[in-house]
Amino acid sequence: MMKKITVKVNDKSVVVPEGVTVAAAVYMAGETAFRKSVSGQLRSPVCGMGICYECRVQIDNQPHQLACRQLCREGMEIRTL
Amino acid sequence: MLGHRVTENYDVVIVGGGIVGAACAAELSGARLRILVIDAGRVGCGTTGASMGHIVVMDDSEALLNLTAFSRELWLRLAKDSASACEYLPCGTLWVAADAEEMDVVYQKAKNYEEHDIAVEVLDHKSLYQYEPNLAQGLAGGLRVVGDCVIYPPNCAALLLQGIEVRENCNVCQISDNLVSLENGSEIRAEFIVNAAGAAAPKLTAELPVEPRKGHLVITARYPGFCQHQIVELGYLKSVQKMEKESVAFNIQPRPSGQYLIGSSREFAGWDDSINRNLVNRMLTRACDYMPALKEMFAIRTWFGYRPAPMLSCPPPRLASGDAGAGESKNGGDKLPIIGNWPKVKGLYIAAGHEGLGITTSLGTARLLAAEILGQPPPIDPAPYRPSRLFRENK
Ligand SMILES: Cc1cc2nc3c(=O)[nH]c(=O)nc-3n(C[C@H](O)[C@H](O)[C@H](O)COP(=O)(O)OP(=O)(O)OC[C@H]3O[C@@H](n4cnc5c(N)ncnc54)[C@H](O)[C@@H]3O)c2cc1C
Ligand code: FES
Repeated sequence: MMKKITVKVNDKSVVVPEGVTVAAAVYMAGETAFRKSVSGQLRSPVCGMGICYECRVQIDNQPHQLACRQLCREGMEIRTL
Repeated sequence: MLGHRVTENYDVVIVGGGIVGAACAAELSGARLRILVIDAGRVGCGTTGASMGHIVVMDDSEALLNLTAFSRELWLRLAKDSASACEYLPCGTLWVAADAEEMDVVYQKAKNYEEHDIAVEVLDHKSLYQYEPNLAQGLAGGLRVVGDCVIYPPNCAALLLQGIEVRENCNVCQISDNLVSLENGSEIRAEFIVNAAGAAAPKLTAELPVEPRKGHLVITARYPGFCQHQIVELGYLKSVQKMEKESVAFNIQPRPSGQYLIGSSREFAGWDDSINRNLVNRMLTRACDYMPALKEMFAIRTWFGYRPAPMLSCPPPRLASGDAGAGESKNGGDKLPIIGNWPKVKGLYIAAGHEGLGITTSLGTARLLAAEILGQPPPIDPAPYRPSRLFRENK
C-alpha cells in the first residue's frame, strides 16, 4: 500500500500519495489555475521540468515556488494565484 | 547594382527613436515642421528599452541640477496627463547612507537641494527603517527626495512619438551638410538634422566624444510591498564618477507590477554583447548587502544596455554639494550631455551623451534643442551643454 500524506491547497485538505509533486496535488485539489500573469491571465504548468516557471505557487508562505519541482511533504500549505 | 537614388525632403530629420530623439520630435511637432524620425531598429529598442526609468534630480554640478530639475518638472507634467501610459509611479528616491561619513554627504546634499527648491527629507536611522523595513540593519540614515519618480521608458518614447512620422528598421549611414544618407542608397535633405543616435552617435558624427558604458539590470518575480522607494546607495555617486573599468552600486526600483529592478553596474567594454556574469554577481551581492531578503527572491531576467557616456577631456566641474566622489574623475570632463548646434556640419544638431540619466534629461534636452532650432529663448542656460565647449576645451 502506498503511503498517503495530507497537504493543504488553498486551505482545503487533500490526501495524496507520497512522492507526488506539488503540481499534482494542486490538480488533485481540483484547481487548474496556478498563477496569474502580470496582465491577469491564468497560468498552469507547461513544461513540468523547471524550465518555464508557469507553475509557480506559494508553498509554506514562500512565494514563487516551482510546483513541478517540489514533492509534497506532510502538512505543506500550498496557495495558488 | 543599387537602384536609382531617391531624394526626399523634410524640414527636420531626427536620427534615433530612443527617448531623446522621441522627446525632440514631440517638442518640435508643434511648430508646423515636416518631421521624420528614423531608427535603425524599433522605437525604444536601444538603451532606452534597457534602462530603469528613474526620474531623478542629481546635484553633482549646478548644470546637472538645473537640467535634471527642469526635466523632472516636465516629466511630472507629462505623467499627470498620461499616468497609466507612462506607468508612472511617484515613489521618490531614497539615498541610503551606510555610515556617519555618508550622513555628512546627506546633510550637504539636503542643503544643496533645498537651496534649489527641491523638496527633501533627511532620515535618521529610525525613520529610514520606518520607510524601508527591509533594508539591512546598521545603516546610518538617508535622504528622501520626495518628487522623484519612475516611468516606463519605451512606453514613454512611443507616447512622445504619437502622431509623428517614424521610419523603423532604417539604418542611417552618413550625416553630411543638410543631408541624411540611408543604407539603402536613398537620401533625405533636411534643413535641420538631429543626431540622437545614443551611444552610436559618434558613428555618424566623428569627433563626438561619446562611448558606450555598459550597464546590467536584473528583474525579480513579483513580491508586492517589498520596498516603496527607488533606493540607491550614496556610494552610487562614487561609482558613477569613478572612471574605473568596472564598478557596481546598489540600486533597486519598485515596478507597478510588484517586481523589482536591481542595478547597477558600470563598465567600459565597448560594444561587448555578452552578460558579464562576474559583474552581475558583484552587483547582486551588493544588493543583498543592502537588502538581505533579496537572497530569497527569484530573478527572472538579466540584460544590459549601453549608456552613451560623454568622454570629455576637460577638467571635472566643481561639485555643488561638496565631495561626493569629486576628483575621482580622471577623464570624465563635465559629465554633461551634448546638446545643440554642431558647427562642423551644416544643419546638424546633437542630442547625445546622456549617459545614465538620459531618461530623466530627455525632456529638458528636447526643450533646449527646440528653443535653439526655433530661435526661441532657452528655458534654462544652454551654455554648459553646448557642443562648442568641446572645441574650446580640446585646444
Ligand atoms: C542599465 C541602465 C539603466 C539606466 N537607468 C536609467 C534611469 O533610471 N534613469 C535615467 O534617466 N536614465 C537611465 N539610463 C540611461 C538612459 O537609458 C540613456 O541615457 C537613454 O536611454 C539614452 O537615450 P537615447 O535616445 O540617447 O539613446 P537610445 O535609446 O540608445 O536611442 C538611440 C536610437 O538610435 C538608433 N540608432 C543608432 N544608430 C543609428 C543609425 N545609424 N541609424 C538609425 N538609427 C540609429 C538606435 O536604434 C536607438 O534606438 C540607464 C541606462 C542603462 C544602460
Ligand atoms: S511547469 Fe515549467 S517550470 Fe514548472
